[in-house]
Amino acid sequence: MTTRTASPGAIVIQPGTIAPGRARGVAPLRREGPAKLTGAARYTDDLVFPGAWYGLTVRSTDAHARFVALDLDPVFDWSTIVVATSADIPGDNIVSSIKSDQPILVPVGGEIQHHAEPLALLAAPDRATLRAARRHLRVRTDPLPPVFDPLVSEHEFAHYAIGVGDVDGAFAAADLILEGEYRVGHQEQLYIENNAMIAVPREDGGVAVHGSLQCPYYVHAALKRGLALDDEQAQVIQAETGGGFGGKEDFPSVIGLHAALLARKAGRPVRMIYDRHEDIAATTKRHPAIVRHRTGVTLDGRLVAQDIEVIMDGGAYCTLTPVVLSRGALHSGGPYRCPNVRIRARATRTNTPPNGAFRGFGAPQVEFAAETHLNRIAEALELSPLEIRRRNLYRPGDVTPTGQVLRDSVAAEEVLERAVEAAEFERLRTRLRSARRGRDGSGAIPGSPLRTGTQRLASGIGLALAWHGAGFTGSGEVHLASVASVELTAAGEIRILTASTEMGQGTRTILPQLVAEALDVPFDAVEIAPQDTAFVPDSGPTVASRTSMVVGGLLIRAAQRLRAQVEAATGGRFAETYRDHAASHGAIRIDQRFEPYPGVPFDDATYTGDAYPAFGWAACVARVDVDLDTGEVHVRDVVAADDIGRVIHPILAEGQVEGGTLQAVGYATIEEIKLRDGRYLNDRLATYIIPTALDAPRISTILVEAPFGSVPHGAKGVGELPMDVGAPAVVAAIADATGVWIGDLPASPERILAAMAGLPAVAGLRPGASEPA
Amino acid sequence: MTIFRLTVNETAVEVDVPGMRRLLDVLRDELALTGTKEGCGEGECGACTVLLDGAPVVACLVPICQAEGAVVRTVEGLAGPAHQLDALQAAFLETGGAQCGICTPGMLMSAQAYLDAGGGPDDGAIRDAIAGNLCRCTGYTKIIEAIALAASGRVVRAE
Repeated sequence: MTTRTASPGAIVIQPGTIAPGRARGVAPLRREGPAKLTGAARYTDDLVFPGAWYGLTVRSTDAHARFVALDLDPVFDWSTIVVATSADIPGDNIVSSIKSDQPILVPVGGEIQHHAEPLALLAAPDRATLRAARRHLRVRTDPLPPVFDPLVSEHEFAHYAIGVGDVDGAFAAADLILEGEYRVGHQEQLYIENNAMIAVPREDGGVAVHGSLQCPYYVHAALKRGLALDDEQAQVIQAETGGGFGGKEDFPSVIGLHAALLARKAGRPVRMIYDRHEDIAATTKRHPAIVRHRTGVTLDGRLVAQDIEVIMDGGAYCTLTPVVLSRGALHSGGPYRCPNVRIRARATRTNTPPNGAFRGFGAPQVEFAAETHLNRIAEALELSPLEIRRRNLYRPGDVTPTGQVLRDSVAAEEVLERAVEAAEFERLRTRLRSARRGRDGSGAIPGSPLRTGTQRLASGIGLALAWHGAGFTGSGEVHLASVASVELTAAGEIRILTASTEMGQGTRTILPQLVAEALDVPFDAVEIAPQDTAFVPDSGPTVASRTSMVVGGLLIRAAQRLRAQVEAATGGRFAETYRDHAASHGAIRIDQRFEPYPGVPFDDATYTGDAYPAFGWAACVARVDVDLDTGEVHVRDVVAADDIGRVIHPILAEGQVEGGTLQAVGYATIEEIKLRDGRYLNDRLATYIIPTALDAPRISTILVEAPFGSVPHGAKGVGELPMDVGAPAVVAAIADATGVWIGDLPASPERILAAMAGLPAVAGLRPGASEPA
Repeated sequence: MTIFRLTVNETAVEVDVPGMRRLLDVLRDELALTGTKEGCGEGECGACTVLLDGAPVVACLVPICQAEGAVVRTVEGLAGPAHQLDALQAAFLETGGAQCGICTPGMLMSAQAYLDAGGGPDDGAIRDAIAGNLCRCTGYTKIIEAIALAASGRVVRAE
């Protein structure tokens, strides 16, 4: 195992455990960096299509209702307006996803399931006419009783049960049993580029959709089904994409279908570009969750029984909820050995906009709960948060609740020790303890005289540890059967063909790096084809931190085959012979299909077996200052240690850790969606706030390498890991500073002050609940 | 409609638009300068930051009538005539300050204003200078590093 420190100038590579034969030169510059830095990169709204019209979505304003009628004001001139309703849908009125429950547009007479539900579409030659048309259109509905509470909803999207050992017997024998309930609300991805699609009719009766998206083949499948198109008629082209974080995983199918319906009816290109308000109001969020823990331990701090219940609020339609919940259930115990475990997880429907993918995908919710609960157990046992983790963390050979033996690439201990060492966790914790003892009282009580100066600020330090399954859950990768290709063109160019998208994380840099290395050619000699379904194979969605690990692995194998084929034919080194070989023999294309990694296949029926091919591991130490009078939290410093298997590009990997860490800090402290009657109240950037440069802590990244042996390059993925571990570390630091545990994210000033005053937690505005009158 | 005259990236331009048309729309739609991005349309995200007579402004909140006679600089005006990156852009490329790139043009313009005002490589001062520019990818760490690098005048790898 090797550890690399944050600064690229100070990278330490310890010999011995890196996969052999790796050249580690200077990391190349981001491939599309110059285009992004000069303004030349073309995002969806930058694309020009002459004669294009503008489209908009007519939405419900009821959380639950019967759609009675759409009235077009006869006074208005509708001759230059295209109105599309469900009657214009040539295929199934279904947004293709896991379940067939979400309509593209609710038909008249149909049931509206959430406040922002699409009912009809309008297109006009210019924005002013479009807005005028919207004002002359009226939606009539008959309200139905809504359900906002996921705990009372009787409509279940999915449920899972995982069990091992004798849980009840172990509780009976435990020295101490601690119970806790934890709640987290919605979180908005808040990519800075809103969802956007432009649809262009094709001459063959199909449609080409250009857009901001993560998964071209998800949109492709949705177009085929909704518009009754064949593979060629449906074409999806990714434009430069201004952030995704999961928010452009499933939702682009909706907006892509809408743009395509309008374009087909208008017979011309139609632009569907959301503004920020619509994007926050209508698109998917991180699932709110309620997580209940009952844990039995021995007096020396060993876990003997875990009983965990996870309830997620799916919103109005299923979208990706079953897989989000599955990942949540599988990660809910945390990275700890426990012989007796019972996990029950369910997700239910509420009349709120559908929730979907967001970096971490169910794991941040449950790992916040697991880590906070473990920290409370440590406190009850008067053990340090470091010591309780050392006694329980997974080590090689340990077995997870699904029966997965952790043989390979287990680095929980390594990331923990590296993080606490770099952050000087124990020394600082002791120092802050004694500073607190010198202060009068441990927190402000409303009504008491306000503190001044240094007495107001309490500092704390907190620790968390997490695991994150790399790639798709269970048999997901087998079902996907991804294909990635490397082509040597007749012109002697080397080209990567995948549907894996660049959205900031560095796909267009890392994949050519891996192929160049396998072919032993310069980085610049490897091109990457545009993500256009007309040209690239389905290498699977760009999600689940799977691109480097899974798609990267396929490309290396494809490149190795290409190299062997050329070298066998020429008898010379690939780098010196491929151009001549291509000129004389023509193009060669190698398609590499996914083959299952070795291990125990996952059984979806019993939830046993290898849930993931490998896990990534992350530890985080956060330092905070809490203002005891205002409850305001300033996260000062974060040390993040992440095991990502193998570092392909240190700067890009650090960028993932830093960005994910800040999203986790926002989740922990300020990001919150408030609801009233199923509607998001703060659906603007002025009211849904995310961290600025002034709110951001100094983040130090430590990259740990415990290579995954079943891919040639050892990489496990990095995108989601830091999202899992930041929030519980911040909440632990707040507890260290104030003496109170916040079990309901975010740890807002209101919640912190209430907790310090011994008042009950703020009444739930979520998940999905109405605000108390 | 009214004719407005202004200088954009050292070129004199004339546009015939309603006076309340946003500077952002004039740049993007009339002048085809799509490097300036729209993230929120209400002055919160800073993605549309441009320099107006040297000062950073959010172009979504500036009506064109307020830009009459002004000198406007956008991201397209940073690189040299042969599109070679300037020192600030090169520093962003070197340190990894741009990820998805959508906040980058606005971020660069706020940073440019900071450098033009003589700002140095101080962490706190740089954070203040870009406090109005939201980035969701980077955690700001490498953006701050890039601006500090440019402010220090050290040579970076050229593209």
